[in-house]
Amino acid sequence: MTHHHAWLETLLTRHQHAPHQLVQVLREVQAEQHWISRETLGQIADALHLPLAQVEGVAGFYRFFHTRPVGQYRVLLSDNITDRMLGSEALMQALCDRLKVQPGVMRQDGRVSVAATSCTGLCDQGPAALINHHQVVTRLTPARIEHMAALIETQVPVAQWPAEWSRVDDQIRLADIKLGAQPPLGQAIAAAIARGPQGMLDDIKRSKLRGRGGAGFATGTKWQLCRNFNGQTHYVVCNADEGEPGTFKDRVLLSSFADTVFEGMAIAALVVGARQGLVYLRGEYRHLLEPLEGVLQRRREQQLLGKAIQGLGGFDFDIRIHVGAGAYVCGEESALIESLEGKRGTPRIRPPFPVEAGYLGQPTTVNNVETFAAATHIAVHGGDWWAKIGTPQSTGTKIHSVSGDCERPGLYEYPFGTRIGRILEDCGATNTQAVQVGGPSGVCLSPLEFGRRIGFEDVPTAGAFMVFDRSRDMFEVARNFAQFFAHESCGFCTPCRVGTELVVRRMDKLRRGYGSSEDVQVLYELDKLMHGATHCGLGAAACNPLRDTITKFRPAYEKHLQSLHFAPGFDMDAELSQARLATGRDDSGAHLENMA
Amino acid sequence: MNNPHRIDALTPGTFSLDGEEVEFGHGESILQAATRAGHYIPHLCWHPEFGAAGSCRICTVKVNGRTGAACTVHAASGQEVESDTPELNAQRKTMLQMLFVEGNHFCPSCEKSGNCSLQATAYAMGMEGPHFEEFYPDRPVDATHPDMMLDLNRCILCGLCMRASQQADHKDVFAIGGHGIHTHLLVNSPSGQLGDSHFLPTDRAANICPTGVILHKRRGFVIPIGQRTFDAKPISQQVEGGGL
Repeated sequence: MTHHHAWLETLLTRHQHAPHQLVQVLREVQAEQHWISRETLGQIADALHLPLAQVEGVAGFYRFFHTRPVGQYRVLLSDNITDRMLGSEALMQALCDRLKVQPGVMRQDGRVSVAATSCTGLCDQGPAALINHHQVVTRLTPARIEHMAALIETQVPVAQWPAEWSRVDDQIRLADIKLGAQPPLGQAIAAAIARGPQGMLDDIKRSKLRGRGGAGFATGTKWQLCRNFNGQTHYVVCNADEGEPGTFKDRVLLSSFADTVFEGMAIAALVVGARQGLVYLRGEYRHLLEPLEGVLQRRREQQLLGKAIQGLGGFDFDIRIHVGAGAYVCGEESALIESLEGKRGTPRIRPPFPVEAGYLGQPTTVNNVETFAAATHIAVHGGDWWAKIGTPQSTGTKIHSVSGDCERPGLYEYPFGTRIGRILEDCGATNTQAVQVGGPSGVCLSPLEFGRRIGFEDVPTAGAFMVFDRSRDMFEVARNFAQFFAHESCGFCTPCRVGTELVVRRMDKLRRGYGSSEDVQVLYELDKLMHGATHCGLGAAACNPLRDTITKFRPAYEKHLQSLHFAPGFDMDAELSQARLATGRDDSGAHLENMA
Repeated sequence: MNNPHRIDALTPGTFSLDGEEVEFGHGESILQAATRAGHYIPHLCWHPEFGAAGSCRICTVKVNGRTGAACTVHAASGQEVESDTPELNAQRKTMLQMLFVEGNHFCPSCEKSGNCSLQATAYAMGMEGPHFEEFYPDRPVDATHPDMMLDLNRCILCGLCMRASQQADHKDVFAIGGHGIHTHLLVNSPSGQLGDSHFLPTDRAANICPTGVILHKRRGFVIPIGQRTFDAKPISQQVEGGGL
């Protein structure tokens, strides 16, 4: 047995050769070997008794897995619009120039690969980079890029890079309940035990708490349904796949308030009767894994996890962390469960919903990080207390991740019902042209709407709040979001797989100046189709930013139209690309626009 | 994905499909019940022998005003289902055009022309052209198998071959790989090529492709154009298992 075989066997044994651990196995292999060879895929398939093609299909689904060689250093630059507004595109170009590498193509000596990745959740301290799918670099500057290139050329291990580079700040600007003083450890669990499972459930219902992940489903109802469905066992899952561009509140909750989150999971476990909890931590937050494992271990020692929690016989509950591998769609709860089960993160057909048949077919409640934190506070203070905060339909507080054009980006926690304008004033935004609330799948508001209020009854949000001042081109904002959805489409259903790609092609055509009003009309049609016909919410929301910006910022589009009436069928210059390739010419004389 | 044999405690009854009453049985989807009753709801990724996937979305209907794929929505008493409406058929045409432009579909030279569900459904929905720009993807042809060939240029990712291989042949010859617009069919063999797999021409999976991806060698144009399945009658009049 070779060294590699022995190493792989140890890893597989640690995962008990369980097929549902496939994504974790692949992630650990990738972390060790930088990429996953076909030979290794075959060994994993044999060991887990899975068809090789299935293992290959899973490996090919996640953006952070590579089945072809990649560089010893893998640099991913966060490509959210807020990163771009801070100059990420020029920084990426500068890094590629210095390293003499093409984006997305490994350098020939195998040293380095540089590429863009979806928002890494550091929008308030960007531009950000992710190194080797693990270490983060915040606040990139031309100087940091120059230094980084030198460190890579001289093969300095990432662990020895300047520690200051990976400093991640909480940047809590305004704290209310969830970001303020936390209850003493165990107090919420004790309160829940005192009430009993049914009493605790009743209190959650009285609080009218709704899910903080965006959809706003009533948490009490979800827990009740999960509790009522029969199964061999029940599961509590924490959705920490915070992938919505512009959102970073869960990162802070997990960095500085993890006890409150885990306590909320234990309370949920008491209510639904679960013995096992799982945290689905997005791959971009890999750097939080060890600190979180540390908190879990301490809680076990404190009898806040494990067997007979706080001495209550039969209240056994523990938590395992599953690390994702770069797939926004896994934030959808049924796709998340597929991923937990070691499969491609494709949303399931529903019904059955996870509360009936979730993880490994058992009743499962999936809740957002912030929802669990809220449950902890409700256990301590009671449902009636919570229900008095916010508005009748949207109770309690909501944390907003504020980024973009403002003086004080960071976290702001307000009761529901807060005016958009109030948040803009507090974060120091001036000359504001637009706010994207809830991320690309949310809503884009113009100044006429800054009097509207945050809440499920008016402006719902998963937590992103991106500010754009009047210097920004809203067409470029929408184009960035269109690229995001095309990049993150799982590829399962026709309208999303092809539709998101068609939208990007149309936007690029408009940008090149070859678009016409007909193209804008086609964008409208695609939006309408994708709202009704897609398999899941990702596809349905994929055209939201497009529709909002076309409706509210149409001049931004018309600026890019060659003519409002003429409909050029194709790009003549692009048609000559094959001829340029064949003749090996790409000088100015080989381009149509120069043929005056 | 989900257990296709899941039985719901729904009481059998009837729903209305474009104004006609359709009976359904325990746990049936709208598409299953409609098909059994001989009604045509356009579809590509669904087949009566296998569990639903819900991926092509061609069977999208309106159920009490809400859209859903007829192959995945469970039938229930009193549902008002709209299917054959100008709006839904226009939407189907757009999605068919999407399937055409994302692959390389050249009907005049395709062996499957006349036997192809994609082509026949496009005719049924009145599609006259691609509408969108063609993507012209670079996709391989796999001719390594002695009796079969795979022309992935025509793959619409319906997954029927994968489900047939799993559920009927118990072989897992096919899987889905990649993501987004780069999603593609995978073959389960050490080399990834069909010739190294356990695939046989008699497999159910070898005879289920709705387009011209999975072809039998040495059988090209044995049935002349003009005498093929959809030359005789349009697809809307050849409902699988209709009237059973």
